Amino acid sequence: MTLDLLLALGGHFLLLSLLAIGGAIAVAPDMHRWLVTDARLLSDPQFASAIAIAQAAPGPNLLFVPLLGYQVAGLAGAAVALAGIMIPSTTLALLAARWGAARSDWRSVRAFKTGMAPITLALIAATGWLLAAPAGHWASLALTLAAALAVWRTRWHLLWLIGAGALLGALGWV
Amino acid sequence: MQDDAPRARPASCTQLFLAFSALALQGFGGVLAVAQRVLCEERRWLTKAEFLELLAIGQVLPGPNVCNLSLMVGDRYFGTRGAFAALAGMIAAPLAIALAAMALYAQFAAHPVVAGALRGMGAVAAGLVLGTAIKLALPLRTSPLGVPLVAALGVACFAAVAWARLPLAAVLLGLGPLACALAWWRTPQEAA
Repeated sequence: MTLDLLLALGGHFLLLSLLAIGGAIAVAPDMHRWLVTDARLLSDPQFASAIAIAQAAPGPNLLFVPLLGYQVAGLAGAAVALAGIMIPSTTLALLAARWGAARSDWRSVRAFKTGMAPITLALIAATGWLLAAPAGHWASLALTLAAALAVWRTRWHLLWLIGAGALLGALGWV
Repeated sequence: MQDDAPRARPASCTQLFLAFSALALQGFGGVLAVAQRVLCEERRWLTKAEFLELLAIGQVLPGPNVCNLSLMVGDRYFGTRGAFAALAGMIAAPLAIALAAMALYAQFAAHPVVAGALRGMGAVAAGLVLGTAIKLALPLRTSPLGVPLVAALGVACFAAVAWARLPLAAVLLGLGPLACALAWWRTPQEAA
């Protein structure tokens, strides 16, 4: 039974891995449909808490995937979920990067890099915008802008900035 | 100016693993801002332009862009071993922390001080990402596309994702080929 569950979990994430353009969060709605709505392995608050913790903790946001696996089947579930979501995309990324590096003088490869640079940059800016938007009120927007200015113009350590944000938030100012 | 600084390279897979562990552990609310700071400005393993290039490749491929970035940086110096050393650094220590946090979360999430601190960290994390975007934009002044086209593509992409809330795959499929075609037309025929 547990083995069946682990296989189902790993298989699901293996399939989703290659669809996760823009990161694992892009396929979170599909994970939700399976884990919460169809298979009823997790509740809504359990699903949401995995995403919230991965956002708050250090490291890539992808870590919400092993946290989902952990809630379904403990540490084995975490390992299977992580392996499933990582193996296909990792293999493809490595092959594609080598293919591109070996042909860096091709006009098409250079055109790809030149063309995708502004697109990638705009996606980063849009991510920042979407992260800032839900807060909504002026104090937290001011804090966001101050942090943007600090990371652009100063060499202050980023952990100080995060710590200042945590302090201001804990005091109830933002 | 900084991009002209002498280039450095990692000494070993262990150093790669430790460097990516350290930067992942500083990456609250996303690793991108820290990765740019550490890889381009502290370690000098990449220029800003190279960072953006690798990120562009990591972006159009499935998988998290920063994990793909760590793979490509590791692969560049030590092949497959380096790729997995960097990726393992990116994931191992943060995973242990996230699992521990999961165990504590239920008890503390509702506490107003904790909720406030998380809100403040979230606001700063958004700012770090925006500031990083500004820094990475500066080298694009020398893009073969020219500033007007770079700006037009950037604004269109930003509007599609941030305002129209179109799915990323649709935006990449729509604007990506257009941007690459424009770049093809502006790229000199012969290799540099």
